[in-house]
Amino acid sequence: MGAVRLNHITKTYNNKSVVAVDDVSFEVQPGELFGLIGPDGAGKTSIFRMLTTLLLPDTGEATVDGYDIVKDYKMIRSRVGYMPGKFSLYQDLTVEENLRFFATVFDTTIEANYELIKDIYIQIEPFKERRAGKLSGGMKQKLALSCALIHKPTVLFLDEPTTGVDAVSRKEFWDMLKRLKMQGITVLVSTPYMDEATLCDRIALIQSGKILSIDTPRAIVNAYGEQIYALRASNMYRLLNDLRASEYVKSCYAFGEYLHTTLKQDNETTRNELMMQLRSRQHEQLEMKPTEAGIEDCFIKLLVQPV
Amino acid sequence: MKQFFTFVRKEFYHVFRDRKTLLLLFGLPITQIILFGFALTNEIKNAKIVVADYAKDVASQQIINKIEASKYFDIDRSLMSHEQLEAAFREGKIKMAVVFPENFNEDLVHLNKAQIQVIADAADINTATTLTGYVTNIINDYQTQMKNSQAMPMRIVPEVRMYYNPQLRGEHTFIPGMMAMIMMLVCVMMTAISIVREKELGTMEVLLVSPFKPFMVILSKFVPYLIISMVNITSILLLSWFFLDLPVKGNILLFYLESLLFIITSLSLGLLISIKSESQQTAMFVSLMATMLPTMLLSGFMFPIENMPIPLQVISNAVPSKWFYVIVRSVMIKGAGFSAIWKETLILFGMTVFLLVVSLRNFKIRLA
Repeated sequence: MGAVRLNHITKTYNNKSVVAVDDVSFEVQPGELFGLIGPDGAGKTSIFRMLTTLLLPDTGEATVDGYDIVKDYKMIRSRVGYMPGKFSLYQDLTVEENLRFFATVFDTTIEANYELIKDIYIQIEPFKERRAGKLSGGMKQKLALSCALIHKPTVLFLDEPTTGVDAVSRKEFWDMLKRLKMQGITVLVSTPYMDEATLCDRIALIQSGKILSIDTPRAIVNAYGEQIYALRASNMYRLLNDLRASEYVKSCYAFGEYLHTTLKQDNETTRNELMMQLRSRQHEQLEMKPTEAGIEDCFIKLLVQPV
Repeated sequence: MKQFFTFVRKEFYHVFRDRKTLLLLFGLPITQIILFGFALTNEIKNAKIVVADYAKDVASQQIINKIEASKYFDIDRSLMSHEQLEAAFREGKIKMAVVFPENFNEDLVHLNKAQIQVIADAADINTATTLTGYVTNIINDYQTQMKNSQAMPMRIVPEVRMYYNPQLRGEHTFIPGMMAMIMMLVCVMMTAISIVREKELGTMEVLLVSPFKPFMVILSKFVPYLIISMVNITSILLLSWFFLDLPVKGNILLFYLESLLFIITSLSLGLLISIKSESQQTAMFVSLMATMLPTMLLSGFMFPIENMPIPLQVISNAVPSKWFYVIVRSVMIKGAGFSAIWKETLILFGMTVFLLVVSLRNFKIRLA
């Protein structure tokens, strides 16, 4: 039985005029690190709030740890850990007071579950006398995670925990999640960052309340099925326009310092002809190399041609 | 239980770490009492008046002496004609004129009836009523004296006595009124804001996803403000006792119990407001509208309710501070016991139960 199971869940707002979650079903296995990947407004937070019993679904049913999210909400509330997207601790309480408060609210003590949070808490312990409002973004998230973990939850819901956090802290945060997984805690995490997707066991790509694809990051990438070429030139904007206008090109999107391009017919001849075409348009420092598809490529492809 | 105490302690941290709130909570009552007690009394001292004595006989002299002896008036004895008086009023030189007609004493002795004309500047209606009140008092006083000493034939003297407040001291109405207002303001606004703040900051979201019962969240919000209000009540009582010479005449325990009831009524109102509002601004605005205005206008402490149009009189019954105002006046100023205020107590109690029931029925255990 799955640790979390959603069965045709739909959630609307404003008298059904806004569909936030549209007929979503998926299952998360115990001990799994599961990622909900999607842009802002995709419906991630709504799914999390329904699973943490904060919102009622319009239709469909879901269970967390075997408990129904509507009927058994009290049971779920005492078992799960939840970290909302917005920093939700008391800014005028110190680090230690916050942790102690949430420990008591969950009827436990810091000492009883110190082992679980030790790795995380040890990094913010030097600042334990500091008010939570005065912490940096990364430290705030570490404190919030400590507070969400203090009662040793069976399932942990983390809503965009790394949004607004620096790159180093983000990496540390994901290392922590990996360690939690080893403790047997099921972790559901949502993020708008595609690069974090590969760190999950399985991911669900979500857009406009609909699940586009659910699989392991590897399988999703493998399912891309086409060769991507990364192109670069001195004038990127002109290159993008020229590529999109070219009869050989199927799709072309900007990805960091390269343009990810797929071809209508991928063979030696078309590649050479494309290069010739580009050179004839006086592109300087032109470069083209095959590259592996990333989650973001898959996401865009799924958006353009839905499954 | 341990959870509850931790929660209450957390609430105290919130209060004591926010200097502005702290200043508001404890500074407000003290400032208000001092302002209303000393600076803003409706007592009038050294009002400029004119006494025009056309009689110049024993009786008029005696009355004038009495008026002169009081600290309220600054007397100008001059025989002004009516035209002159009018001019003086118009220019705002005088607040009141007392005119003794000729043959004042004779009329009094022979006819047992004499007239004094008291003219007041009713453009300032409060001052006018107060001043004429003072003068009428002094005249009545004189009549009583005469009756006793001279064994005059029985005559009907309109006995206007100012019960409980013979000098018309302002504190007697202001202290109970201020008490009601401060309690309401502090309890309603602070509870409403502190609950809405948890919603706004998102901490309510985290608290809901915990085994902690939502109702306990509310209850633990009540405790700190209840204690703070009790401290405020005590400081108001001490201030009015030592600085305004106005101790609690009735049973102090009864007074505290009634205050406790009123505080709980206010806290429940704050709870209801917090449930219905989504932002701290809304909560604050609604609280102010629900406490300040009705307490000032409809509790009877600034404007007498009996003089209001019937619809307003009916509405005033829904204002909790009206009933608390009556209770404080009875217990503190008149020294009345429970038997005199059981009705008001019952009404406050009913209001509390009503507010609590409505709040609890509307309390959301989820976000939407």
